Amino acid sequence: MTSLPDMTTPNVAGLARDAAAHARPVDVPTPDAGQEAVFEFLLRIGDNALILGHRVSEWCGHSPVLEEDIALANQALDLIGQCQLWLGLAGEIEGKGRSADNLAYLRDAWDFRNALLVERPNGDFGQTLMRQFLFDAFHIEQLRALKASADPRVAEIAAKAEKEAAYHLERSADLVIRLGDGTEESRARMQAALDLLFPYTGELFLDDATDEAVAEAGIAPLPSSLKPAWEQTVAAVLDEATLIHPGEVYQHKGGKRGVHSEYLGFILAEMQFLQRAYPGATW
Amino acid sequence: MQGATQPDVAEVWRWLSEVPDPEIPVISLTDLGIIRDVEWQGDTLVVTVTPTYSGCPATTIINLDIEKALRDRGIEKLRLERRLSPPWTTDWLTEEGREKLRAYGIAPPVDGTAADGRLIGRAARLAGTSNLVIACPRCGSTQTQKVSQFGSTPCKASYRCKDCLEPFDYFKCI
Repeated sequence: MTSLPDMTTPNVAGLARDAAAHARPVDVPTPDAGQEAVFEFLLRIGDNALILGHRVSEWCGHSPVLEEDIALANQALDLIGQCQLWLGLAGEIEGKGRSADNLAYLRDAWDFRNALLVERPNGDFGQTLMRQFLFDAFHIEQLRALKASADPRVAEIAAKAEKEAAYHLERSADLVIRLGDGTEESRARMQAALDLLFPYTGELFLDDATDEAVAEAGIAPLPSSLKPAWEQTVAAVLDEATLIHPGEVYQHKGGKRGVHSEYLGFILAEMQFLQRAYPGATW
Repeated sequence: MQGATQPDVAEVWRWLSEVPDPEIPVISLTDLGIIRDVEWQGDTLVVTVTPTYSGCPATTIINLDIEKALRDRGIEKLRLERRLSPPWTTDWLTEEGREKLRAYGIAPPVDGTAADGRLIGRAARLAGTSNLVIACPRCGSTQTQKVSQFGSTPCKASYRCKDCLEPFDYFKCI
């Protein structure tokens, strides 16, 4: 059982602050890329984790069965934890004193850089799982490639996150297969979810000037380079799930440059309310 | 000023081996393998800790527990450092820790069974060649079944024993 922090222990918060204030700065070689491009790249990967983590956490207490409720909450935790690492590094690289919390709670929708896929509403359980699977299959390839990043801070976060993402993919793929190759009802729902969400996957693999700058510096892979492996995983799983691949369809885009769907604003309204209404509130 | 009375590093390790994990109090932080380094830098004791899962809610509590344990032993100048790399792995759980887990009713991690995201485990199971055997921590039966990839904490999965019918947690390999 989790033991809660003992709030009566003298000055525990003070000790923690003291420890944080004396954290030793890590001596890291500066990779050869514009700081702005690296910051932008870190927002993209951090915001994907943050927004998907928030979406998944919306299931807490509402899932079809207890085990799924727990699994979804755990995945949300992993993603929020990863987001803290990515946005923490983004703030450090930006050098304007913004923490991960600042970036999560005090930016408005147009400053968010997550892909449109992760802000899609949860829909039914099938849509949530399909969104998770399509993202996980991308996420694992992205993290694997980032383990070889020229920036050791990026590489070490990726190495940690990859292990967690592997469990996410194993679970989401397994459930897509079981529900796709399931009853008439579950198969119909999974096919509908796939048809609905597939048009939001193309954006994950688009390259722009930021991607080219960070790829040039060896910090991150070009998104397009991740597509063949993603397609292979998706095709194999859909095949086993007896689902029909939507093929070449229109692809929505905009999230990674800050042009979002109407859904993001609602997510932020809920997520940021406390810090907006009571700036600097802590507990 | 600690000076001549500065306790040696082995002594500090012993103290840390008595600090329980806040989520699974039968094992200690050193059993869990998350204390990566203990060293004196001048008059400051530096303890390097690696997180288990990125989002593990116990991480903050663990840091507070370490602080408290060492302050209680009279350490005045203390600094905790986070080290992400190499990432924590269940391979670092001590043998003793694994036995304590089993006795507590949690199946300890089995080496080499971590997910790799490529469905190798599933393929192996389908082909009937899986070597993933999670023994029931209560009766020892290997006739067990996964209920969910995720359990009561991020580090565990839910299993059920088909012989003694008990549900149990399995500490996942990562």
